[in-house]
Amino acid sequence: MEQKSNGLMGWIDARFPATKLWEDHLSKYYAPKNFNFWYFFGSLAMMVLVIQILSGVFLAMFYKPDTAMAFQSVEMGIMRDVEWGWLIRYFHSTGASAFFIVVYLHMFRALIYGSYKKPRELIWIFGVLIFLALMAEGFMGYLLPWGQMSFWGAQVIINLVSAIPFVGEDLGIWVRGDFVIGDATLNRFFSLHIVAIPLILIGLIVAHIIALHEVGSNNPDGVEIKKNKDENGIPKDGIPFHPYYSVKDIVGVIVFLMFFSIVVFFAPEMFGYFLEHANFEPANPLKTPEHIAPVWYFTPYYSVLRAVPSIAGSAFPGVIAMGAAIVVLFFLPWLDRNPVKSIRYRAGWYKALVAIFVVAFIILGILGTLAPTDGRTLLAQLCTAYYFGFFLLMPIYTKLEKNKPVPERVTMK
Amino acid sequence: MKKTILVLLLTTIAMLNTGLVMASGGGYPKSPANVDVDDMASLQRGAKVFTDYCLSCHSAKFVRFNRVATDLGMTESEVMENLNHLGGKFGSTMTATMTEGYAKESFGAVPPDLSLVARSRGVDWLYTYLTGFYADSAKTTGHNNAIFKDVGMPNVFWEQEGVKKAVYEEHDGVKTVVAVEVVEKGTMAPEEFDTMIRDLVAFLSYIGEPNQSYRKSLGIYVLVFLFVFFGFAYAMKKDYWKDVH
Repeated sequence: MEQKSNGLMGWIDARFPATKLWEDHLSKYYAPKNFNFWYFFGSLAMMVLVIQILSGVFLAMFYKPDTAMAFQSVEMGIMRDVEWGWLIRYFHSTGASAFFIVVYLHMFRALIYGSYKKPRELIWIFGVLIFLALMAEGFMGYLLPWGQMSFWGAQVIINLVSAIPFVGEDLGIWVRGDFVIGDATLNRFFSLHIVAIPLILIGLIVAHIIALHEVGSNNPDGVEIKKNKDENGIPKDGIPFHPYYSVKDIVGVIVFLMFFSIVVFFAPEMFGYFLEHANFEPANPLKTPEHIAPVWYFTPYYSVLRAVPSIAGSAFPGVIAMGAAIVVLFFLPWLDRNPVKSIRYRAGWYKALVAIFVVAFIILGILGTLAPTDGRTLLAQLCTAYYFGFFLLMPIYTKLEKNKPVPERVTMK
Repeated sequence: MKKTILVLLLTTIAMLNTGLVMASGGGYPKSPANVDVDDMASLQRGAKVFTDYCLSCHSAKFVRFNRVATDLGMTESEVMENLNHLGGKFGSTMTATMTEGYAKESFGAVPPDLSLVARSRGVDWLYTYLTGFYADSAKTTGHNNAIFKDVGMPNVFWEQEGVKKAVYEEHDGVKTVVAVEVVEKGTMAPEEFDTMIRDLVAFLSYIGEPNQSYRKSLGIYVLVFLFVFFGFAYAMKKDYWKDVH
């Protein structure tokens, strides 16, 4: 065997591409130099994943997936008797919400700078799959503390499965492993939450990053930096990820941790949004809470579900709409026909459409936490119509845009 | 871009506000409990009230006596003599004096465990509830509650508090309780009674999350550490990025 270099690294490199991996993904991965605020959220999502895995490992040491013991193992065992258990649990519960905040912002970044466009369609598709896996992870994890909202939230969602015509009933029983949500459900959700879905998540994240590093990162100007290379084949507007972005992301991580710590140490319930008040009561299948609301990160889609009226007493149309609201994201790269990537060089009215989309999405999220009234349902219907209109009409309106000239090279504003 | 973000942020905050206002509409108004879980004397008094009155029927099965002793600065003998009426071990949890069978027979249901009641209901609700009992001859217990209509729990503090009457307001033929007022004096002065209830609510808040004070004090150190770390990290970033234009 021939060694390229000497010493320990040479010995390793002859057997495992350690230096090559380091260079390909960090020290010689050239990222555009004009990343702004929005580009922190990818690395932050990775960090939250690490927080969730580490805290989850320790929680699983003390948690008991048994309907008779689950609530107590969390609220007495972990929160009181286990040394530092309360802190680890708050890391995990705050981390769940933080994961969605970071991922929603990361997706918004992709939306405004056109990071889903050719050649990055697969990065986007892997990303939407990550989002789906994350939703499954959050949903199953929420059952585990076995509080009132754990139980009734799961009840509402699994009943959606049962709303599917013909096979729904059987499908519901298959998901629950029982005729009602019980021990079998809790055990399988535990297994899926701590083994299956994390494995899928990690696999998808690896695919997401491999695809990203294959084509290179987009940037706020939507300019392909690989089109302008110097004599060494290095993009003129590129800087090595390490050390430039590693030192920059550390700053982002610290600022994130400040917000994260403020929640963990001063408002772990986040006024009932991160830990719902009703979840401090053990699950009681005989006592329906006055108002069942899913955790905040599901509420935009829950609103879409409620906005669509039932047909013949079946909530199935709503279920379809809710599913479609996520499925439509997969098609975004082909719905948007504008060749210009960044919102900076797109029509002013397109910016307004995106802004209204964000507002509509937030309104849906807020409405999902509240009990429906006629007025609120109408508002949710308007926002749902806008949500779908924004995506489905893209093939038409994105062709009508009058773009601004896109610069040749990236700008540093 | 910055302007857009600002506009979005402000819209969101405005929306959230309307959302919260909409969510909290209706019902008997909650009065602020104003409890201080760092006031050891208050917590100790609250613990005494809790174990003397509440623990007869309710349990606090996630709460251990020895933990209460440590957190509230009490000795083992103080806790064993004044709080642990059933005489269980020092490390045992707070169980109700009344058995579940007896509870079902006399009240029709087992009274809820109170370990986490401050977290599920909130301290303001608890304070309003405990001071919201009023005489109602239609009820078997002789009392009703302003914020928890037709509650099964008897008014255990009626002797201290005295007799209260509900003040009603009528809207579209529906009578709702808007306030309760003392009509017959109890054994305690109103301020004295109020202090007792606040002590009790403070104790309930403490047992809801025994670590809450420590959690907050630790949080300050964590934030200070992060601020210092930020200074170094930011300086390092600036230095590395000097040559990027």
